[in-house]
Amino acid sequence: MSAAHGRTSHCVYVLRLADSNLVLAQRLGELIGHAPALEEDLGLANTALDLLGQARLLLTHAGKLEGRGRSEDDLAFLREEGEFLNATLVEQPNGDFGDTLARQFLFDAWQVELYERLAASGDPQLAAIAAKALKESRYHLRFSANWVVRLGDGTAESHERVQASLERLWPHTVELFDADAIDREMLAAGIGADLTAVRAGWQRRVDDTLAEATLARPADRPWRWYGKRGQHGEHLGRLLSQMQALHRAHPGARW
Amino acid sequence: MDTATLEARFQARIDADERIEPKDWMPDAYRKALIRQMSQHAHSEIVGMLPEGNWITRAPTLKRKAILMAKVQDEGGHGAYLYSATETLGITRETLIEELLSGAAKYSSIFNYPTPTWADIGAIGWLVDGAAIMNQIPLCRCSYGPYARAMVRICKEESFHQRQGFDILLQLSRGTEAQRAMAQGALDRWWWPSLMMFGPPDADSKHSAQSMRWKVKRFSNDELRQRFIEFTVPQAQFLGLAVPQGEIDWNEFHEVLKGHGPCNHERLAARRRAHESGRWVREAALAYAGKQRDRERDQHREAV
Amino acid sequence: MTTSRDWPLYEVFIRARGGLDHKHVGSIHAVDARMAMEHARDVYTRRQEGVSIWVVRSSEIVASDPAEADAFFEPARDKVYRHPTFYDIPDEVKTL
Repeated sequence: MSAAHGRTSHCVYVLRLADSNLVLAQRLGELIGHAPALEEDLGLANTALDLLGQARLLLTHAGKLEGRGRSEDDLAFLREEGEFLNATLVEQPNGDFGDTLARQFLFDAWQVELYERLAASGDPQLAAIAAKALKESRYHLRFSANWVVRLGDGTAESHERVQASLERLWPHTVELFDADAIDREMLAAGIGADLTAVRAGWQRRVDDTLAEATLARPADRPWRWYGKRGQHGEHLGRLLSQMQALHRAHPGARW
Repeated sequence: MDTATLEARFQARIDADERIEPKDWMPDAYRKALIRQMSQHAHSEIVGMLPEGNWITRAPTLKRKAILMAKVQDEGGHGAYLYSATETLGITRETLIEELLSGAAKYSSIFNYPTPTWADIGAIGWLVDGAAIMNQIPLCRCSYGPYARAMVRICKEESFHQRQGFDILLQLSRGTEAQRAMAQGALDRWWWPSLMMFGPPDADSKHSAQSMRWKVKRFSNDELRQRFIEFTVPQAQFLGLAVPQGEIDWNEFHEVLKGHGPCNHERLAARRRAHESGRWVREAALAYAGKQRDRERDQHREAV
Repeated sequence: MTTSRDWPLYEVFIRARGGLDHKHVGSIHAVDARMAMEHARDVYTRRQEGVSIWVVRSSEIVASDPAEADAFFEPARDKVYRHPTFYDIPDEVKTL
């Protein structure tokens, strides 16, 4: 397991969750001050803040599970691209507002389903984080689903744009539900979520919203490059080089 | 009632420290002056998101990233409160934003300066927000009710901004040599522009006298500037930073005001880009709401 | 197509805690009530300022006219007997 770097499955499992939150918060952070309307700017910033908060809790937890004394900042700023285990969905660039909101919606629906289950995790720390995060994610989903409906059932232009966003992003949802050895091990240990059930719940939510938005669900296609295994496209490297530059330029400094 | 009587009555209310509310009679000039000042203030908050937003993606720790995100978001919130208060004067936000984007409206010149280092984020919080608070606290008692109420809300949130800025510099001042140099560089860059935030010297300030009479301004530019210096110099000493010596260069002030500052072009271009690239989104949302209304009406018809 | 491309204005009222009235806090722009609710939440409750939100289209609010303020509100002014402080009660009389 090259992605595991000697960590336990438990640690890797938590790190995957942490990284997806962190990378998406970073993407949304790029947008603050640039949204299509002032109120949307504040709304997206709220989501970004929630996700960053979740990432920090999860990274701290992962650091403890790793047992090498690494803090949230060590994990966020000092790991290399291939060590990041976020889903590739969240590293996709913000694109236009349709891309941003479609990405957010697909992610939020997944996260709500996931957290509903992780709130009952046998890892009490993870369960507590999930229970808190679930409330936040439910609001994120309300916000993003409403926007998908407005764009889908808005003008001809917005419909076309957001349909294209969905088509582009869809392949990146494959890994969210494809259980690998770590997911299976964590499920068996009573720590992780059952991804088959997560998928069923996600599809129901996605189908309902897409129907209301008069959008078509893109066709499923196989996709084999999984961020959770450390297989990323070209976007993540640039995102990290920006995020990590200052921290790395001053080794050991306090801020 | 003739205008002279109305105006006399209006001034009497102001002199008695009464608040003027949106539907009350007010002189046209008062309304115009408020629209100018309040919208300028709102625009400053929105444009002010940009120089600090420049460091959200690069903040050196996750805690700092969260604080900065919340802070920049607050500036957006303050812009929202102020546009909302300005709209009570009978002008739409759409019009105000068009005036900003066309270059017809002004915003605070301070945001036309760049933030090349992380320490600039500290200096903005400490000095720029500090100067803003000093300007704004008297406005919590200004004569126009909606403006005063918006300012109360803003001032409550603003003191966190100033403290987080000072805290950034405090950490840097206790850090490595490179970090201390970064902090000094930021103070050198932001000191004079911060002092200019209080506006031209009293002798050259063209709107001041009337604004004082209307109680939309309660202290003179020079009074506030002096008080700011008295507060901040000891704080700089505590940080172990040297306050720049010399005089305010008013030529620079006027140049930046005229649009020739280091970032005037980028700031407006960024706002225009956000506005233009968001147009299809705003239109889609309106179109959707229109369709929903039609559908509800049709359903209602079927029901009766 | 539409006369104005600006989103309509909504007034926002927030209940700070259970037991308190909703209080006017400002306005936001939104295309419909649902969006108005989200915008009110995102703009006006970033620091736990509320437990309940009302939004209403600004154009739906009917306000009294300041020109009629005298006719509306002056008549109540001289009815001092409606206030408990109008009555002098001897100190010996308790719990009244």
